[in-house]
Amino acid sequence: MKPFQKLDGLVAPMDRANVDTDAIIPKQFLKSIKRSGFGPNLFDEWRYKDVGQPGQDASGRPLNPDFVLNQPRYQGAQILLTRDNFGCGSSREHAPWALEDFGFRVLIGPSFADIFFNNCFKNGLLPIRLPGSEVDELFSQCHESAGYTLSVDLQAQTITRPDGKVIPFDVDPFRRECLLNGWDDIGLTLRHADKIRAFEERRRMDQPWLFA
Amino acid sequence: MQAQTLYEKLWSSHVVHVEEDGTALIYIDRHLVHEVTSPQAFEGLKLAGRKPWRVNSIVATADHNTPTDHWERGIEDPVSRQQVETLDANIREVGALAYFPFKDQRQGIVHVIGPENGATLPGMTVVCGDSHTSTHGAFACLAHGIGTSEVEHVMATQCLLQKKSKTMLIRVEGELGAGVTAKDVVLAIIGKIGTAGGTGYAMEFGGSAIRSLSMEGRMTICNMAIEAGARAGLVAVDEQTVEYLKDRPFSPSGEQWDKAVAYWKTLHSDEGARFDRVVDLNAAEIQPQVTWGTSPEMVAPVDGHVPDPSLETDPVKREGMERALQYMGLEPRTPIKDILVDKVFIGSCTNSRIEDLRAAAAVARGRRKADSVKAVLVVPGSGVVKRQAEAEGLDQIFLAAGFEWREPGCSMCLAMNADRLEPGERCASTSNRNFEGRQGAGGRTHLVSPAMAAAAAVTGRFADVRALG
Repeated sequence: MKPFQKLDGLVAPMDRANVDTDAIIPKQFLKSIKRSGFGPNLFDEWRYKDVGQPGQDASGRPLNPDFVLNQPRYQGAQILLTRDNFGCGSSREHAPWALEDFGFRVLIGPSFADIFFNNCFKNGLLPIRLPGSEVDELFSQCHESAGYTLSVDLQAQTITRPDGKVIPFDVDPFRRECLLNGWDDIGLTLRHADKIRAFEERRRMDQPWLFA
Repeated sequence: MQAQTLYEKLWSSHVVHVEEDGTALIYIDRHLVHEVTSPQAFEGLKLAGRKPWRVNSIVATADHNTPTDHWERGIEDPVSRQQVETLDANIREVGALAYFPFKDQRQGIVHVIGPENGATLPGMTVVCGDSHTSTHGAFACLAHGIGTSEVEHVMATQCLLQKKSKTMLIRVEGELGAGVTAKDVVLAIIGKIGTAGGTGYAMEFGGSAIRSLSMEGRMTICNMAIEAGARAGLVAVDEQTVEYLKDRPFSPSGEQWDKAVAYWKTLHSDEGARFDRVVDLNAAEIQPQVTWGTSPEMVAPVDGHVPDPSLETDPVKREGMERALQYMGLEPRTPIKDILVDKVFIGSCTNSRIEDLRAAAAVARGRRKADSVKAVLVVPGSGVVKRQAEAEGLDQIFLAAGFEWREPGCSMCLAMNADRLEPGERCASTSNRNFEGRQGAGGRTHLVSPAMAAAAAVTGRFADVRALG
């Protein structure tokens, strides 16, 4: 996994609540057996005027000029502002894969759906939960000034606004360590292989029907 | 000992290791696998030179991409076919306790075949790369949907990294009215607490109305816990749970059965156990429900109206409602009963079990699909459900009513196969998500119970199933 430490990045606003993973990456692209290449189909139904197909070259497709990520001022954005319950719905990890492939590294919103939130950390994406009032201010600042950037420091657990205000944020220490170092979960877990084996043996004795 | 919730009992019996910040390694008993979220996990495993930790924990099936008609033609879409063939090859190489491939007699939706084969048992931890894994909580399992990285993690380590959830009890007391089903109960719950109401919680469903539901009904409720934001739904074990599991292919037998049942009966929240949040609903007040928007919380009783966004004071919510009504092609204050439907879908991991098909058939019996309705798809949840329904003559009732009787699979719940809505088409659907484009780009989904879906099929609009007689 790509480590994440610090980022000064352009911010784009996704100003709607309950953005679901079907919207983030529609079902037809889930037929891929690969982990990469989903960026061109991020928010496919909102971003393009036609219906996209897997394997199609997206470069000639008609863009929806009203969609926020198609606006010139947000080209190259790496930080996405979101509203409540972003990433709800399906568990598809294709959603964080598509966000990451498109170029996002940080998501900032008042709340995220559980499975999506978890999936982000496995892919070098940092979802940050902030109080609603802080998110509201970021949205209005971002709307008001073109080229709006934020500085995100995972080590220090802070977001710094262009006006100098520093916003602290919470993150689980374990997830923070993994993300800072780009550690592979599986490798970490396998350090406890003996404990897993011992647990499993006890379970096999107590509830043998689970091991039929 | 301190009174424990069911969630706490399940959690504490699976903890292998705890990190300093409370992140725990949880042992996984059952790993359900399907073709969409597993190929990258198998590939990752292979690239790292790792083997699955315990192959016998895996039960696999192909369900999302499989067609529901003309099985003799195979899977015509080459991209879908490749994904299903990739699962075939991976299971051939790695192995599994059971695999129900495309065209197998017991193939079906992963959340239908787990319980019906006794592969889902009380007290288990169950995971699957699918958010509707919460379904299995109906059997007092700790069942989570997971992402593909976690699928790989579980294959490699038999464990999942988890933080302990908060606990919520949804208590539904009283008697449900005639024509009001589990689907209406869960839609009413989501309408009350919202689609993020359960975020961060494990959600236990209790109260006399839940206890009175069949296992099928409890599965419908737990299935949609995720639509209320909760990764896991739970119902305590009772006699019905035990009765359901008896003599299933992977259920224990003989002495093991007795031992298992004795343990299963401890799987309930203790008297006096403390929940972080309790929500009460009165069963008698719940009406048949119909969603009107693009999120399951946008729901109204069948007697109600499409709401008026101008009355909403929260600007983000108001814009969400306006956007939803625009997408759905609906005007504020329209009576729900005035909304006409183009298609009807009866199926999905929420509502494709035998009881669901019986409920739909009871409405369809002796009636005909309205002429204005283009198609009514009835898609059983599994081959086992399909044959049971045919043995009871339900297929003949559907066919006589002008409905289509299909082969099992996920079908038009998410439209990964050929079953889908065309842009602008409006569907009465027994599935779980009314998101934009969910059933096909531009399609408009209204979530309802199987009986309400059949009522919409025969009247051409949302009708109160209680008034049909």
